[in-house]
Amino acid sequence: MRRLRVCYWRVRPMTTFTPATSSEVLSTVQWAASEESPLEILGHGSKRGIGRPQQSEHSLDVSKLTGVTLYEPAELVLSAKAGTPLAEIEALLAENAQQLAFEPMDYGPLLGGKPGKGTIGGALAANLSGPRRLKAGAARDHILGINAVAGRGEAFKSGGRVVKNVTGYDLSKLMANSWGTLAVFTDVTFKVLPSAETEVTLAIRGLLDDAAAAAMALALGSSAEVSSAAHLPERVAGRVAGGSFGSEAATLLRVEGFGPSVAYRIAALKDLLRNAGPLEEISGEATHSLWRDVRDCAPFADGSEKPVWRVSMAPAQAHQMVLALRMQAAVDAFYDWQGGLIWLRMEHGDPEADLLRGLIRKHGGGHATLVRAAPSHRAAVPVFEPQAPQLAALSARLKAEFDPKAILNPGRMAPGAGSANLGPVTEGGSS
Amino acid sequence: MSGLAMPKPDDATMRRRDEIVADMRMIVPGEGVVDAVNSMRAFESDGLTAYRQLPLVVVLPETVAQVSRVLKYCNDRSIRVVPRGSGTSLSGGALPLEDAVLLVMSRFNRILEIDFPNRIVVAQPGVTNLGITTAVEQEGFYYAPDPSSQIACSIGGNVAENSGGVHCLKYGLTANNVLGIEMVLMNGEVVRLGGSHLDSEGYDLLGVMTGSEGLLGVVTEVTVRILKKPETARALLIGFPTSEQGGQCVADIIGAGIIPGGMEMMDRPAIHAAEDFVHAGYPLDVEALLIVELDGPGVEVDHLIGLVEAIAYRNGSTTCRISQSEQERLSFWAGRKAAFPAVGRISPDYYCMDGTIPRKELPRVLAGMRELSEKYGLGVANVFHAGDGNLHPLILYDANVPGELDKAESFGTDILRLCVKVGGVLTGEHGVGVEKRDLMPEMFNQIDLDQQMRVKCAFDPNHLLNPGKVFPQLRRCAELGRMHVHRGQVAFPDIPRF
Repeated sequence: MRRLRVCYWRVRPMTTFTPATSSEVLSTVQWAASEESPLEILGHGSKRGIGRPQQSEHSLDVSKLTGVTLYEPAELVLSAKAGTPLAEIEALLAENAQQLAFEPMDYGPLLGGKPGKGTIGGALAANLSGPRRLKAGAARDHILGINAVAGRGEAFKSGGRVVKNVTGYDLSKLMANSWGTLAVFTDVTFKVLPSAETEVTLAIRGLLDDAAAAAMALALGSSAEVSSAAHLPERVAGRVAGGSFGSEAATLLRVEGFGPSVAYRIAALKDLLRNAGPLEEISGEATHSLWRDVRDCAPFADGSEKPVWRVSMAPAQAHQMVLALRMQAAVDAFYDWQGGLIWLRMEHGDPEADLLRGLIRKHGGGHATLVRAAPSHRAAVPVFEPQAPQLAALSARLKAEFDPKAILNPGRMAPGAGSANLGPVTEGGSS
Repeated sequence: MSGLAMPKPDDATMRRRDEIVADMRMIVPGEGVVDAVNSMRAFESDGLTAYRQLPLVVVLPETVAQVSRVLKYCNDRSIRVVPRGSGTSLSGGALPLEDAVLLVMSRFNRILEIDFPNRIVVAQPGVTNLGITTAVEQEGFYYAPDPSSQIACSIGGNVAENSGGVHCLKYGLTANNVLGIEMVLMNGEVVRLGGSHLDSEGYDLLGVMTGSEGLLGVVTEVTVRILKKPETARALLIGFPTSEQGGQCVADIIGAGIIPGGMEMMDRPAIHAAEDFVHAGYPLDVEALLIVELDGPGVEVDHLIGLVEAIAYRNGSTTCRISQSEQERLSFWAGRKAAFPAVGRISPDYYCMDGTIPRKELPRVLAGMRELSEKYGLGVANVFHAGDGNLHPLILYDANVPGELDKAESFGTDILRLCVKVGGVLTGEHGVGVEKRDLMPEMFNQIDLDQQMRVKCAFDPNHLLNPGKVFPQLRRCAELGRMHVHRGQVAFPDIPRF
C-alpha cells in the first residue's frame, strides 16, 4: 500500500491511505479504530463537497481498489471492486447493450469538479439515481450484495449475486445513502439491465409550473409507461443541451423501449396531451443529452457556490411548495421525477434552510439536502434533513453499532459523531 | 428442523400469565385479547404447518396507541412478543412462542388514502395484498408484487418478508414498491420511515426493515406505490426436451434485452401433476415447460412474442403455443398456479423449498436434486421463477410414515446447501424464519451474522421481538457491542500519533 503525504486545500487530512486490496482496507480501518483516529472515506472525491465539512485527520482513498470481478450479461449481474470508476463500468455495460438502470447522476460539474468522475462504491454510498428513478429506482433498488469493512474494523458481507434474496437483513440497502459513515465498501454487486433500444422524449412547451404538474400527472397516470418526467421552467430550459433547446419552458416526458412500442406510446401521449400545449418530439442524441443534463443538474452547474438544494417530496405537491417559497425567497427551480425531485438554487446566497424545510413539512412532507454550499454554510446549516427525535436516536444507535469509535466520516451527516441531525419537529415529523 | 430449539420459556413470565392477560385487557378492551386454549388454536401455526405452538396470549390491537402500549408494557417487563399478519408465512416467521404475546395485526384492515396524482396508497398493515389492487383497479391501477398467497397475505407481512411473486422480475419486490411505513419499536416508540416521497433523508431504514421478518419493529401503516395496469398481456407456453434447453432459452430471452412480465419453468413431475389436476393442456412429453408472459401495449407484446418464439425455436423447443385470448392466457397459468395443490394430490404431504441460484446453474442443480431424490427415496417436483433464478422444489413425503418428515427436511437442507454452493442463497422470497435459521451459517460467517445482529441491537437490544427466528444463535447485545482492540498489534504502528 502506498501512503502519501499530501496537503489538501481543506487542510485537514495529513495522510492518505490508498489500499489496493480489501485486506489493506481492513488493516487501515482497524488501525484507525485502535487509534480512534477519524478517516475521511474517499473514492474519486467527486462528491466530497457534500455534507458537513469534516474534521478527519486522515483519509482512506479506495480509488486504487479497482476492477470488474464478475460480469455475466445473461445473468444480469456485475461485481466490481468499490473503487472502480463508474465510467468504466458504464462503458463495459454499453458494449453489451446493458446499463445501470438507476442512471447514477454525476455530481462533478454541479460541485465545480470535472465530469465523468465517481466510483461505483460512491454511487452506492450516496444512493445515486437519475431521471429514470420514477420507473427504475435508485442504487438501493439495484444493489444485490456488498463486501465491506465496518467502522469497528470487521470485514463482512451481505446479500449475494442473485436478484431474489431475503436471506438475512438487507445491509446493502442500509449502507446505501450512508455516505461512508457506517462501513467502507470493498466490493459491490449490482443488478444490470438491458438498455432501451429506442428513446424518444415528448416536450410540451410554455407551461407554467401548475399546468406542467397536471400534464405530468396525466401522463404518468396513463399506460404509456413514461420513464422520466421533468419540468424546466422558462428561465431554466435554455440552460440544457447547450442552449439548443430554446428558453421557453419545457415539460419533458421520456418514453423508452422497443421501437414499435415507443412509437405507439408517443402517439398515445400526444393524443392524451393534445390540449396541453405545443408538443415537440425529441429523439436521437438530443434526447440523451437532454436527460443527461437534467440528471446532472446542469442548469445550476454554474461554477458558483450559490446554495443548491435537492428536495424530495410527493410529486403533485411540489409546485405548490415552490410557489410558496418564491413568495419569500429569490429562487431558481426545476423539477424531475414528475416533481418528486426539486432542484433549487438560492439566488441571494442564503440557504434559507428553515424556511424551505418548514414549507416542505407544510406541503405533505419530504426532505431537503443542501448538496452545494460554501463550507461555512454547510457547517452552520444541517446539510441532511433533521430527523424526528426517535428516528435520529435510532440512526445514532446504528452508527454506534457499526462504528463505535466514530472514525468513519464523523460529522459528515450530522454534527458530532452521530449520523442524523436532530431537529425541530412539528406534526408529521420528518416523514 | 424437527428438533428445532426455540428460546427457553421464561418461567417468571409463565407464572405471571394471568396478570399479563388482565393487563392486556386493560390496554386492548373488548374482544381484542384471546386467552382460551381452544380459541388460541387458530393461531398456533402459520403457513409452515409442521410446527405448532400455543402462545402465552393472543392480542389483537386496533390502534397504534394500543400497539405502542402493548410493546412498551412487554419491553418494561422483558416479555417476548411475536408479531403476526395473516399467518401465511412459509418459513415459520409467525410461529408463536410459549411465553410470548402473539400480536396479531389483522384488525388494522383499512385503506387510509388513495392518491392517484401521486400514485400511492396508504394502507393499514392488515389489508391484504390483493385488497390494495382491489381498491384501485376501477381506475386501472394495481399493486405489482403478487405473492401466490396474495388473496390472504397482509401488506404488513409483505413488508416483513419482502415478498415477491411471479411479476417481480420486471416490477420488483416489496422493497422496490414500498415508499414509507409507520412502525412501533419494541420500546413503544412510534417512528415513520419514508412517506410519499422517493429518497430517504438518511440511512435507508426502510430498506433494512423490509424483509426483517418481524424482529425490528411492528409495522402499523404502509405507503405503497401503484402502477397503471398494462394494456395487454399475452403468454407463450413452450416445451423443451431437456431442462438445459429451457434454461438456455431463458438466458437468450434476457440476452436479447427482453424482460418479460413473468417467466416460469416447471419440470416433468410438476407438469404431470398440474396437468392431471387442472387439464391445462400442457404437453406431457417434455422435460421442461416454460411460460413466458409479455405485458404492455399490444404492439409491443406482439413484437416481443415474435422475438421470443424465434428464440425458443432456436433452442430446440418441441411445442410452442401463443395465447390468442385472455382465456387461453389464463389457462396457461392455471396449471402453474395450481402446482402446489396439484402436487398435494399426488403425495400426502409436500415440503416447499425456496432457494435462489444463478440461472445458468439450473441444469447442475436439477441434476443434483435427482441424485438427492434417489438418495433419500423421496420424489421432488420443481417449479421455478426462471427469470430470477428462484427455485421452489416440492419434496414429496408422507408425514404419517415415521421418519419421513425428518428425511424430507434433510433432503431440503441438502438442496439449499447445493444452492449456496453454486453461488445462490437459502431463501428467495419465503424468508428465513425458523425454517432456515440453523442454515444461516451455510451462507454467512459469524462476523457477517454479527453485523446483522447489531442492526437488531439498535432496534431491540433485549431480543424480545420475535426471538428464535432468523438468527441461529442469539448473542447478547452488550457482548456484541464490545470492541476488541489490540493496540500495537494492528498495521501501521509507524503512523505518526497526534
